[in-house]
Amino acid sequence: MNMHDISDTAASGSARQIGPVILDLNNISLSFGGVKALTDISFNVRQHEIRAIIGPNGAGKSSMLNVINGVYRPQKGEIVLRGEHRKNMDCYGAAKAGIARTFQNIALFKGMTVLDNIMTGRNLKMKSNFLMQALYWGPARREEIAHREKAEEIIDFLEIQAIRKTPVGRLPYGLQKRVELGRALAAEPEILLLDEPMAGMNVEEKQDMCRFILDVNDQFGTTIVLIEHDMGVVMDISDRVVVLDYGKKIGDGTPDEVRKNQDVINAYLGVAH
Amino acid sequence: MHTSDGSQLPTFPLRLMAHGEVRPTRPAFREKHLGIWQTWSWAEVNTEVRALACGLASLGFTRGMNLAIIGDNRPRLYWAMLAAQCLGGVPVPLYQDAPAADMAYVLNDADIAYAVVEDQEQVDKLLELQALCPQIRHIAYDDERGMRHYRQSALTSFAALQAAGRAWDAAHPGAFEAAVAAGSGSDTAIILYTSGTTGKPKGVCQSHASLLAAGVGGVGFDKLTDREDILSYLPMAWVGDCLFSLAQALVAGFTVNCPESGDTVLTDLREIGPTYYFAPPRVFENMLTTVMIRMEDASRIKRSMFSYFMDVAKRCGSAILDGKPVSAGDRLAYAVGSLLVYGPLKNVLGLSRVRVAYTAGAAIGPDLFRFYRSIGVNLKQLYGSTETCAYVCLQPDGNIKFDSVGLPAPGVEVKLADNGEVLVKSVATMDGYFKRPDATAEVIDTDGYFHTGDAGIFDSEGHLKIIDRAADVGKMNNGAMFAPNYIENKLKFFPFIKEAVAFGNARDEVCAFINIDIEAVGNWAERRNIAYAGYTDLAAHSTTYDLIRDCVDKVNADLAGEALMGATQVHRFLILHKELDPDDDELTRTRKVRRKFIAEKYAVLIDALYANKTSQFITTQVKFEDGRVGTVSADLRICGATTYPAIARAA
Repeated sequence: MNMHDISDTAASGSARQIGPVILDLNNISLSFGGVKALTDISFNVRQHEIRAIIGPNGAGKSSMLNVINGVYRPQKGEIVLRGEHRKNMDCYGAAKAGIARTFQNIALFKGMTVLDNIMTGRNLKMKSNFLMQALYWGPARREEIAHREKAEEIIDFLEIQAIRKTPVGRLPYGLQKRVELGRALAAEPEILLLDEPMAGMNVEEKQDMCRFILDVNDQFGTTIVLIEHDMGVVMDISDRVVVLDYGKKIGDGTPDEVRKNQDVINAYLGVAH
Repeated sequence: MHTSDGSQLPTFPLRLMAHGEVRPTRPAFREKHLGIWQTWSWAEVNTEVRALACGLASLGFTRGMNLAIIGDNRPRLYWAMLAAQCLGGVPVPLYQDAPAADMAYVLNDADIAYAVVEDQEQVDKLLELQALCPQIRHIAYDDERGMRHYRQSALTSFAALQAAGRAWDAAHPGAFEAAVAAGSGSDTAIILYTSGTTGKPKGVCQSHASLLAAGVGGVGFDKLTDREDILSYLPMAWVGDCLFSLAQALVAGFTVNCPESGDTVLTDLREIGPTYYFAPPRVFENMLTTVMIRMEDASRIKRSMFSYFMDVAKRCGSAILDGKPVSAGDRLAYAVGSLLVYGPLKNVLGLSRVRVAYTAGAAIGPDLFRFYRSIGVNLKQLYGSTETCAYVCLQPDGNIKFDSVGLPAPGVEVKLADNGEVLVKSVATMDGYFKRPDATAEVIDTDGYFHTGDAGIFDSEGHLKIIDRAADVGKMNNGAMFAPNYIENKLKFFPFIKEAVAFGNARDEVCAFINIDIEAVGNWAERRNIAYAGYTDLAAHSTTYDLIRDCVDKVNADLAGEALMGATQVHRFLILHKELDPDDDELTRTRKVRRKFIAEKYAVLIDALYANKTSQFITTQVKFEDGRVGTVSADLRICGATTYPAIARAA
């Protein structure tokens, strides 16, 4: 790729200009009985940025995402979404507020085709009632066609034309992950939460996925919060990184800052006691 | 039927305009966009091409220039070819999957200043080459995806170029018509670069006249009409695609369908249901394998139905297709089979509507060929090369011999040189290599015959049989012709044999090295509970030798029955202890055997074969995929094969 020409244009045409704080998490604490999953965690997410959450196993990364989209309700702390203060989120409200996500363990409808799975991502955008939809009549029909077009755009974007009619259960893992991203994109989210989008992939699949994440961020300006174990990926694509360990925040900053942070090094490499 | 109006329209642009008038609403191109097939009629294509041609003209593209076309099969890239021709320029399609460095040679050799490419990938390659090919001034791209951040002045989108073209057209009335009128049949219509397996790629210049002659000939031969549908998925830089999707499409006025992407070809094939289809043998083989695997998993009733009716098809299918007499009982059984098996099967494969299907490019196994013909797919072979517009020999309907490439096509004169080399003379022969009169003189003699480099023989009915590369053909000590490739292909048609190398030039007998197909033989061994540790172990197994010996015996029996080939039966063979590999320089990257290298590397084995030994020890160095080097050694058994007395047959 012709790097020098891209860098001088990055400032001009891109949808990606890191904006103000869009999501602010203040002093979040979450416990299940005696287990403290998250302790007093604060960090924020700016508009259009790629924000990574990293940490060893059991650090509380997925819990953090679950707090953001309302699966878990934290006992303490507040969530500020676009200036709106809340004690917690609820799933439906989060979806309506433009937050979409993918899951660590793929949560697609295995028996449905790729296209149908992506169409389910459009669910919130569908206005006509289910009776009209069932009859496929009038406005419902027009609506379905419009949504189908959007779904096809996503299929085109993710280059999965060849499998659009294939039941998801028959696809290899890497492609299922891509379909799940497609379903999240179908909701046209403003904030996209990705829970280990590259887990279990080979190098080539990882490269593809990175490309797609960067493209989503660049073309649609989508803010991305992602959890990832592959440090190479995290350091390459994210703008800022927050590091959790045993439910506590131990680092926050640009990839370079985090890489030099002694607490982070200790958490990952262990420390002599 | 369409051959009569050909003579008045000597160039492609004139043909295009004629279709715009004769059949303005017939579909000319289709492409799938966002899951829906989009259609352009001949009238619309005329408008599009005109806008594009004027766009190119507004950038200064003019008569005598070359336009590079790089990308997958896209309607817009075909239009770019026609647009260049409208202005008297020459389209030069390049292989879209070639790395940038390989493209540089062609781009420089063809003096490319203008390029129309498919997408960001190709744009990146051209930009990367700016230092090597500074003469490239303008690049137009079709797919705008990912192109938002590119600010180079050389770049224009296809749509912007057409918009500029419309403005230019309005400002220069009559200029487009004048440019088209200036074209003549003797102008170069296209430059196709040969793949360059032998030295640097050479640009083959085909004139409008020769390309159209090949188109007219093929269309007339197979009675193609403007109702045909073809699926264009083979590289645009390849002569076959040029013949089918450009020459024949513009002669007959049929519809060219472009698949959504390389991965969707099989789905698109089913949706389009082409009536005229071309695929290399590999594609047909993959289709058959898929069918067979799915049949293995089918229920017992379906399986028995399939096997029963496939037997019926084997017995009488080809004969019915060829219009030969078949008993009423067989006809009835075949009709039932069509309803229950062949019809649904063809539908699944997307071959329901196929009237004519061609294959070429490599030897096709007789079983594979017969399978498709027996279920009613009119699969035929053709023979040609880039230099002859892929138009030399065609198998005529109803007169198919699976081991020949058919009769010389209408208007083509084919003869054999003394050394067996096939010589061709026709209107469809190239004008010459671009800027290479020396290379042209090497292949086209003073009488106008093109030397194909292939060795062939004619059978009693005048069908041409290609046996080998002329350079590889040798003579045995008894004077018989020795065509190693011919023997090797026969061996390789057995699924158990992956690779074979035959020796016999200047020898008394033919001997061969065999590589087993580890998957097929491994599977076979598993079913027989034969334990093995890996390739070397399995290859040395005595039951494997018995298996391969059976195959060699069958090939010998086959060779004994053929004129001129009876003397080249395989007397002894051995199974190599390692697979021949491009990493060890034993095969080319396109998996062709490097004979000389192998003969030197394994000289000790060849000596052992001819010294009548029963075994030979050898240690060989091998390169692993990660670059490490190791050695493999084995004591190889040498096995004799049954030979048969040659059956004398009148040639």
